[in-house]
Amino acid sequence: MIAAAIRFLTGAHGRWAGVAPVASDDSLPQRVYYANHQSNLDAPVIWASLPPRLRRRTRPVAAQDYWDAKPLRRFISKRVFRCVLIERKRVSRSCNPMTAMEGALSAGDSLIIFPEGTRSLNDDGEMNEFKPGIYHLARKFPHLQLVPVYLENLNRILPKGEILPAPILAAVTFGPALMLAEGESKASFLARAKSALVSLASQDPDPMRRPRPEEPSHA
Amino acid sequence: MLDRDCWLVLGGITGLLTLASIVSIVLRLFVRDPGKRPTIENLFDRTVSWWFMVALLTLAMWLGKSATLVLFALISFRALREVVTLAYTRCGDHRTLFWAFLIAVPLQYVLIGVDWYGLFIVLLPVWGFIFFSIRSALAGDVTRFHERAARVFWAVMICVYFVSHAPGLLLLDLPTSGASAQPIVVGYGAKLMIFLLVVVQLSDVLQYCWGKPFGRHKVVPRLSPGKTWEGLVGGVLSASAIGAGLSWLTPFTWWQAGLLAFEVCLMGFFGGLVMSAIKRDAGVKDWGTLIPGHGGVMDRIDSLSFAAPVFFHTVRHVWG
Repeated sequence: MIAAAIRFLTGAHGRWAGVAPVASDDSLPQRVYYANHQSNLDAPVIWASLPPRLRRRTRPVAAQDYWDAKPLRRFISKRVFRCVLIERKRVSRSCNPMTAMEGALSAGDSLIIFPEGTRSLNDDGEMNEFKPGIYHLARKFPHLQLVPVYLENLNRILPKGEILPAPILAAVTFGPALMLAEGESKASFLARAKSALVSLASQDPDPMRRPRPEEPSHA
Repeated sequence: MLDRDCWLVLGGITGLLTLASIVSIVLRLFVRDPGKRPTIENLFDRTVSWWFMVALLTLAMWLGKSATLVLFALISFRALREVVTLAYTRCGDHRTLFWAFLIAVPLQYVLIGVDWYGLFIVLLPVWGFIFFSIRSALAGDVTRFHERAARVFWAVMICVYFVSHAPGLLLLDLPTSGASAQPIVVGYGAKLMIFLLVVVQLSDVLQYCWGKPFGRHKVVPRLSPGKTWEGLVGGVLSASAIGAGLSWLTPFTWWQAGLLAFEVCLMGFFGGLVMSAIKRDAGVKDWGTLIPGHGGVMDRIDSLSFAAPVFFHTVRHVWG
């Protein structure tokens, strides 16, 4: 029901381009969905766009300093979305953000992560550099499917710092899964992961820069 | 809201739809030419969608004025989503958009509900224009400010203000809302709305029916290849004739009803043309995918958005 409400609010429905939601033998592949980050609605929208079977086994990764700070946020992150909360401020050997994620993956759950680490404030949808966590996960769990998820218009629905949503239509595109190649370096893997995500953009957010159709084909 | 005459018209529409369904099912079964398949599949989808749209509208009008207003508010809301989604806006427009979606849309229809003609007619073009511009300016982002403000205002005018003039015809039931001393349209609000919707949507359908087989000469080739002179003339004339034939539903004589229908069809055509120009400019073919075979909600009501206000004001000034 929460998922349906999120889909109604954002008009989002998952577009699976180059990856099937569920494998052909009906098994549930373990995945890390990684996406561009613009809005607090990002993780709920991806979560809501997944088929129910996948949704039950998928947990968003969220920042402990934000989502554990107030009772309402704590309720939403822990009870509603079963978030994996990670430390971003006081990272130490005993308080390593990777430990929590690895624990969830070892338990067989899939994750939703935002490798940029924080919401980008860019009006035109350009992404920040990726943090290396996704590379470490891919190395530690070689069977993981890394699925890029490109989100559009969520920064227009609920930008950083706003509480009230403007209900325009969001788009959620799931792309072909990536795997870490044999002996691939950290830098080249992160670059490949980022470009796989960027290539899913269905259109330039700015209509003035979009190509014009040469031969219109419809009434 | 619906009396015997209204049900007669709705019955006629049901008959037409039944005929269209039979034709599209037969075509679907017997035409195997792969080149023609997409058109036939599209025709089938369109017909199915028409059943849903007619059923929804009938249900709303049967339930009464409030339900009708809620339905049109939802139509405006969805159309506004489609149009604003394709417009360039920035974070600085966020609060403006919030007001447009969640305050302007309900308020415009509430004004019809409480019979407040004076505010209904100025709320968005005057108060809305000024308020939205101020709200966007206060956000302090000057990048392409004029363009962004203009796009938001256009979207609100077309999707909300103009479309609201269709159920706005219910306001003409008030003896004091019009210009003439002895309004003859009092009591005809719902019938005028049915007349407008039937004529404008039939005109779209008939332009398609004439244009598909006979269309050769395009009206504005660069803009919309589906709009041909053959379709335009055939569709507008036949829909106007049907409008004249529906004069028993209205307070008008047959030639008055025919002329009004002609005006409505012409405006409907131009509404579709202008919205096509905006779609081309945004680099898309359809506004959305909500209605199978038709595209988005805006694709279905583009003609209505131009026809409704023109019909409303013509009727109000001459007969209201």
